[in-house]
Amino acid sequence: MSDPVTARTPADVTVGGAAVDGAPGDDHRLVVEDLSVRAGRLGLVHDVSFRLGRGERVGLIGESGSGKSLTALAVMGLLPEGLSASGSVRVSSVDHDLVGASDARLADLRGRVLSMVFQEPMTALNPVMRVGDQVAEVMEVHDLASGRDARRRAVELLAQVRMRDPDGVARRYPHQLSGGQRQRVMLAIALANEPDVLVCDEPTTALDVTVQAQMLDLVVRGAAERDAALLFITHDLAVVATVCERVLVMYGGHIVEAGPTRRVFTAPRHPYTRGLVRASDLGALGVDGTDGSLRRPLPTIPGTVPPAGAFPSGCVFRNRCERADEACEVEPPWDGLPGDGAACVHPYDPEDTAAPGDTAASEPGGVT
Amino acid sequence: MTTSTTPTPPDGDQPALLEVRDLVRDFPRPRSSLLRAPEPVHALRGVSLDVRAGQRFGIVGESGSGKSTLLRLLAALDRPTSGTIRFRGREVTGVPERRLGFLREDLQVVFQDPMGSLDPRMKVRDIVTEPLVAQGHPDRLGRLDELLEAVGLPARAADRYPHQFSGGQRQRIAIARALSTRPAVLLADEPVSALDVSVRAQVLNLLADLVDEFDLTLVFVSHDLSVVRRVCDTIAVMQEGEIVEQGPADRVTTRPEHPYTRQLLGAVPSLERALAGQDAAGLAAAAGAAAPGADADREVRR
Ligand SMILES: Nc1ncnc2c1ncn2[C@@H]1O[C@H](COP(=O)(O)OP(=O)(O)OP(=O)(O)O)[C@@H](O)[C@H]1O
Ligand SMILES: Nc1ncnc2c1ncn2[C@@H]1O[C@H](COP(=O)(O)OP(=O)(O)O)[C@@H](O)[C@H]1O
Ligand code: SF4
Ligand SMILES: [Mg+2]
Ligand SMILES: [Mg+2]
Repeated sequence: MSDPVTARTPADVTVGGAAVDGAPGDDHRLVVEDLSVRAGRLGLVHDVSFRLGRGERVGLIGESGSGKSLTALAVMGLLPEGLSASGSVRVSSVDHDLVGASDARLADLRGRVLSMVFQEPMTALNPVMRVGDQVAEVMEVHDLASGRDARRRAVELLAQVRMRDPDGVARRYPHQLSGGQRQRVMLAIALANEPDVLVCDEPTTALDVTVQAQMLDLVVRGAAERDAALLFITHDLAVVATVCERVLVMYGGHIVEAGPTRRVFTAPRHPYTRGLVRASDLGALGVDGTDGSLRRPLPTIPGTVPPAGAFPSGCVFRNRCERADEACEVEPPWDGLPGDGAACVHPYDPEDTAAPGDTAASEPGGVT
Repeated sequence: MTTSTTPTPPDGDQPALLEVRDLVRDFPRPRSSLLRAPEPVHALRGVSLDVRAGQRFGIVGESGSGKSTLLRLLAALDRPTSGTIRFRGREVTGVPERRLGFLREDLQVVFQDPMGSLDPRMKVRDIVTEPLVAQGHPDRLGRLDELLEAVGLPARAADRYPHQFSGGQRQRIAIARALSTRPAVLLADEPVSALDVSVRAQVLNLLADLVDEFDLTLVFVSHDLSVVRRVCDTIAVMQEGEIVEQGPADRVTTRPEHPYTRQLLGAVPSLERALAGQDAAGLAAAAGAAAPGADADREVRR
């Protein structure tokens, strides 16, 4: 129960969280509490708590190796062999906890109540089955449609994800499709049964910007049409800002900052978030760079993400943090509201913005 | 149909280091009907360009537009269907491998996926110095230390294997290897596309430093104009195997002339625009990918 989001004011979570989230208190589609993932004695994800409201879009960001995918897989009950979850994952339409539920029970919920789009669709799709049949199958498995009806719905879904010639595409195999088309097939499968919760793990990281723009539009529409809650994982801050209303920042298996997208990206409180925001800012396109501003080195976060098990004790970010001191040797308490704050002893002031284009703040090393 | 784009004449009298003329590359498509011979994939439809010494030349375009095909041809890793490539005035196309020594030393490539391009069974020491072995370089280990330092890796990295490094570190290893022969030209195909933003910033800074330090001529391929603009002084925009626009990076990104360039600019997600209210539908509209039927895919099969 040492989760920073809830540790200080556990009783307030629903009220405070709801106020901040803008979602009614008892209208949460997904409630995750103190979710941890371990590989034997090695902790990989630590006491993660968050809630997704009906129709709400929440981003989960952080560098590679920060625990985003494991969090998603734990929510879906899809952790690989050797990893175990503890804590609680509840979905509004299911009357029991998903953590500890049987494999059969979870299999019944997946693809119906909760569904997921992965980064690499080639591994998630069946290579020897026509894609139309794969979309139809997910409906048949859950008894939501069958036979010709399922096949007809499959083609409709492929059309909904803007597949040109959906009939033709339905008869193809995954390897006959482009990366962007495969991702849309995955999305059609994920949306087929009108899920309550849609999880997308880096669904556009392997796509080019043009195809990405289309995919993001389809994900947002698909979730909105079903009033599904969306958990959207990426390391691209501009993508999160485009898609999500709220954002969770993860590092070392902890949620280190949370809040409305605008607040987190314009006035990040945690030094890690601030580092991410500054490193992402390549300079606004359309603004002339002849003044030489583009030749200045980009601000970076010193060092790299340690491998699992090698994060420092106390604050997990302290070996890379410009503000670290002795106070950071113990695990920092949550500072702020449950759904809007950071786990840091020396957070930045709200006035201390790091917004793109704010040259004073994006000067490398210009912060003390 | 083959069209050719006349390259913008280089300002200044410096001769081009790389001269590309009317480059065409067709790939056979697998037969899908017994009656009709399949139409080939026209990956490049007559590309012409000049890269001058010291230039940082960016090539942008969406997936399948022919960027990697062009880069592979520049590196003489593939042969064109027609057209010519000259390096330092010498013909590259159609020249047998044993006579490509002048190119192999002087022009090196870094690919997107550092894991795929580094032999997992080789230690970093051997990966980085391998190109020097072919050269019979007298002081390989001395050069190894220099190279690791130049790309910001500790000397002890030499004894480890690629899988023991993060994506950004692996990209540094690939860059160190590419620089080992002191090439004049570095070709980079999406070198930061697989990297996190923080690591991307580190690698982009590193590339900029190395280009200055070693007087490199850079040809940099990406689908992301914001990345290309950061690194390059000249940008060529490719669409379906043709260069549709080319010019100084600042001009192309601030006053694009071709509608396709405008779409590519619009497709880059931006924190600023998102905070000013651009949502996913708005981004798709700016990318020209929102209208029904405007399928963004070109049915690429990689
Ligand atoms: N070996 C090959 N055989 C058949 N077709 C090929 C081959 N290599 C490339 N192509 C085709 O040529 C076209 C251009 O491909 P290329 O790899 O150059 O694109 P790209 O611009 O690098 O795309 P990306 O951004 O996805 O890397 C595509 O239609 C591709 O499918
Ligand atoms: N099956 C596994 N066994 C042990 N460690 C794992 C396993 N899967 C992931 N990890 C480790 O857990 C950490 C978080 O991984 P992951 O959730 O995949 O990160 P992200 O998605 O943020 O890149 C990493 O250090 C990763 O190496
Ligand atoms: S707790 Fe200390 S080390 Fe951790 S982020 Fe805050 S200032 Fe940095
Ligand atoms: Mg991941
Ligand atoms: Mg390519």
